[in-house]
Amino acid sequence: MTDNISEETDVTAAVAIAEQKKKKERDAWSDLLASLSETRSKVDFSRLYEHFAPRVKAYIIRFGMPVAAAEELTQESMLAVWRKSHLYTRSKASASTWIFTLARNQCIDRLRREKAVEYELPEEEIDPDQRHYGEHAVLEERMSGAISKLPEAQAQVLYLSYYEGKSHSEISEQLGIPLGSVKSRLRLAFSKLKAHWGEEE
Amino acid sequence: MKISHHLDDATLMSRAAGALSEGMTLLVDSHLHWCKTCQTRAWEAECIGGDMLARIEPQAMSEGSLDSILGMLDGSEEIVAERSVKAQGSQEVPEPLAQVVGSDLDAIDWKRLGPGVQHFDFNFPGEGACRLLRIQPGVSIPHHTHKGNELTMILRGSYSDDMGRFCQGDVTDLDEEIKHQPIVDTGSECICLIATEAPLKFTGIMGRLAQPFIGL
Ligand SMILES: [Zn+2]
Repeated sequence: MTDNISEETDVTAAVAIAEQKKKKERDAWSDLLASLSETRSKVDFSRLYEHFAPRVKAYIIRFGMPVAAAEELTQESMLAVWRKSHLYTRSKASASTWIFTLARNQCIDRLRREKAVEYELPEEEIDPDQRHYGEHAVLEERMSGAISKLPEAQAQVLYLSYYEGKSHSEISEQLGIPLGSVKSRLRLAFSKLKAHWGEEE
Repeated sequence: MKISHHLDDATLMSRAAGALSEGMTLLVDSHLHWCKTCQTRAWEAECIGGDMLARIEPQAMSEGSLDSILGMLDGSEEIVAERSVKAQGSQEVPEPLAQVVGSDLDAIDWKRLGPGVQHFDFNFPGEGACRLLRIQPGVSIPHHTHKGNELTMILRGSYSDDMGRFCQGDVTDLDEEIKHQPIVDTGSECICLIATEAPLKFTGIMGRLAQPFIGL
């Protein structure tokens, strides 16, 4: 019995240490990105690039872009990281979240341009900085890990939505479940992730 | 502005994921521009995206891609003035919407849709509909059915339906299971932005009158 307990404690401790390490890493990337607008350091940018570009590329491919286009859009997204770094606020979002929004906007813009070649597009971009977000960056760090604990059904709709950019109706069709179920699964996932942030506060 | 009807979490997640149609994105961004409550949740939804990006299986970039981007950095500085030339919002038109139709609702090129109802269709490409409706007092919004989600946001005036009273800035965020027929409930006209995942189908007398004119 005692052995089991101490083993469990060890596992919990190991998980906590691993989470702590990941958090440190994420903080380091966010710090590096935050300093980029001051330093304009190409060495720092290269480090950010080597870490994030392959992830952005993977995301863009999952979003449904052909590999060649994904490579090009990744370059565009990473170029935006360099150009817009003065808009990044460390306290408002992690580097990963901010870069995610840049990559997402690249995907949206490209898809719309393809849908309507002659159509005059309003520039679709909301810099996270333009919004009046609270100082939530600390909370964000707590969410990681929570995603992997979601029930399969909820993780699935989250993946289809965020990785593949599928609408509620498309997910409903693909999974053969009512639209209302797609939405309630998403809502449940959202509230679980939020509860997880609160828990560790 | 006191906003009492908000966007669904599931809608904010789709917005964060880049999974909404152009019209729905416009409506969501317009509401966010006015609503701090939803801004916080929208931010939380984006953090999920950030977390998903952090845990994705990376795909190697092709050789030389770093060198090629390093060569592009110089001279690629952002033109900061760019934002200021864009249309500003107004009391009745949040900035994202003003960028598409300008900031004066009365200056919009309204088209007649039926008795007491005018509209402006954005004609965004792709699935779904997005239009402004301008409805005279006492008139109900044409009875319609829709597949998928439907978002409505009030810009001027107010209306009521089974779910309550909706005033400036309020949104209704409905899916196909809900049938409703809102009615303009004051002596002044109501202007709202409406966006759906699939084309709107007007039903009833109003719909039969309107359909031939607007080709729905
Ligand atoms: Zn709201």
